[in-house]
Amino acid sequence: MSMLGHAVRVAAKDLRIELRSKEILYTMAFFGALIVVIDAFVFPSNKPDVVRLAAPGMLWVAMAFAGTIGLGRAFDRERENDTMRALLLAPIPRLSVFLGKAMATTMMIIAVAVVCVPLLALFLQADLFASPLILVGAIVGGAIGFSIVGSVFAAMLLKVRSRDVLLPVILYPILIPLFAAGTSATSALLREGSPDWDKATFWLGFLGIYDAAALVLSFWIYEDLVIE
Amino acid sequence: MNRAIPVLTVIAAVLFGTTFYMAITYADFDAALFFSQKIFYWHVPHAFMLFIATGMCGVSSLFYLKTRNTKWDDRALAAAEVAVYFGAAVLATGMIWAKAAWDHWWVWENRLTMSLILWLVLVGYVIVRRYAGASGAQLSAGLAVFGTLGIPFVYFMVNRGDNHPMPGAKGNVATLTGSMRITFWLSVLTFLFWFLAFVAMRIQSARAEREVRELREKGLDAGILT
Repeated sequence: MSMLGHAVRVAAKDLRIELRSKEILYTMAFFGALIVVIDAFVFPSNKPDVVRLAAPGMLWVAMAFAGTIGLGRAFDRERENDTMRALLLAPIPRLSVFLGKAMATTMMIIAVAVVCVPLLALFLQADLFASPLILVGAIVGGAIGFSIVGSVFAAMLLKVRSRDVLLPVILYPILIPLFAAGTSATSALLREGSPDWDKATFWLGFLGIYDAAALVLSFWIYEDLVIE
Repeated sequence: MNRAIPVLTVIAAVLFGTTFYMAITYADFDAALFFSQKIFYWHVPHAFMLFIATGMCGVSSLFYLKTRNTKWDDRALAAAEVAVYFGAAVLATGMIWAKAAWDHWWVWENRLTMSLILWLVLVGYVIVRRYAGASGAQLSAGLAVFGTLGIPFVYFMVNRGDNHPMPGAKGNVATLTGSMRITFWLSVLTFLFWFLAFVAMRIQSARAEREVRELREKGLDAGILT
C-alpha cells in the first residue's frame, strides 16, 4: 500500500472515531458559532456597511480559534489512550501518520467554516456566497495549511505539560501570512458589484504556494521533530 | 570564540562612538525631517541585524534538527535572543520615526509590519524555549524553521497588502548620498559588530549553561549530588 493509502486509513480512523462521539465536531462548530455571535455584538452591528467589511476577518478568527481547540483535542485523544505510540509503532511510514492527521484536521476545520459562513452571511448581510469558487478555494486552502503546520506541532507538544497554551503561541506567529491571505481572498468576495477576481486569484495562488511549501518542509523535517 | 569577545566588544564600542559623533556632527540634515532623521542611523541597521539574526536562527535550527549537534542549538538560541533585542529596538525607533514623520505612533508601513511579524516569531521562540520543558529545544527549532520559511510569504503579503502608502515610506537606503551615505554604512558596520559581540557572548553563556546542566546530571547519576 502506498504512503497516501496509509494516510487515508489514518484519516479515516480519526474521522470514524469522531463521527461516533461527535465531540470535537460539535464543540468546535458551537465554539466557532459563538465567536461569530460575539463578533457581531462587539463590533457596531448597527452599521452594517462598516461591519460587513470585517466579516472575512471574523470568519478567519473563528476558524483559527476553533481550529486550535480541535487540533489540541484531536491529539489529546491519542495521548489519553496512549495510542500515539501504537500509531508510531505501526508498520507504516511516519509521514503517513502525519499526513492522515492533517487530512482529518482539514475536514474538521472545513466543518467549522460550514457553520460560520452562513451565520456571518445571515448576521451581517455579507454576500459571502457571491462566488462559491473563491469561497471554497480560500477555506480549503487555509484549512490545509493550518492543518499541516498544526499537525506537526500538535504531535510534538503531546509530551509537554503546558501544550494547550503553547500550541497557539507557536502556531499563530507562523500562520500570520496564511490568515492574512485567507482573509484577503475572502474579502475579494465583498467588492461592490462583482467579486474582485484579480485580488482573489493572487491570494488563492498565495495560499496554494504556502500550503505546498509547508507540506514540503514538514515532509523534510517531520521525522527529525517527532522522535520518541 | 572566547578570545574574540573582548576584541569584538572593543571594536563595537569604538565604532559606536565614532558613528554617533558622525551622525550628529558630520552627516547632513534631512531636507524634510531635519534632526528627527538621525534616528534612521539607529533604526535601519537594527532592522538589517534583525533579519540577519532571524536567518541565523532559522538556519542553525535546521542544522540542529538534522544533525542533533547541540552546538547548533546554542547558536540558534543566541541568535533568537539577540534578534528579540534588535527587533524591540527596531519597533521602538520605528514608532518614534512614525510619530515624527506621519504624526502617529504606529503606522502599518510595509517594513515596520514585516519587522513586527518577524519579532513575534522570535518572541514565540524564546517563550517556547523557556516553558516547553525538556522538548523545548526541538519545538522552538521547528518554530524557527517554519518561521524562516514564512519570511518570503510575509514579504509578499505585506507588499501586496492594502495598507495606506505613507509619504516618505518609499525611502530607500540606495538613494542616500554624500555624508549621509557614509555615516549610514558605517553605522551598519557598527551594529554588525554589536550583533557579533552579542551573539558570541550569548553562545558562550548558552554553552556554559548546558555544561553546568550536564555536570549536574552526571553528579546526580553518580550519587555525589542529591
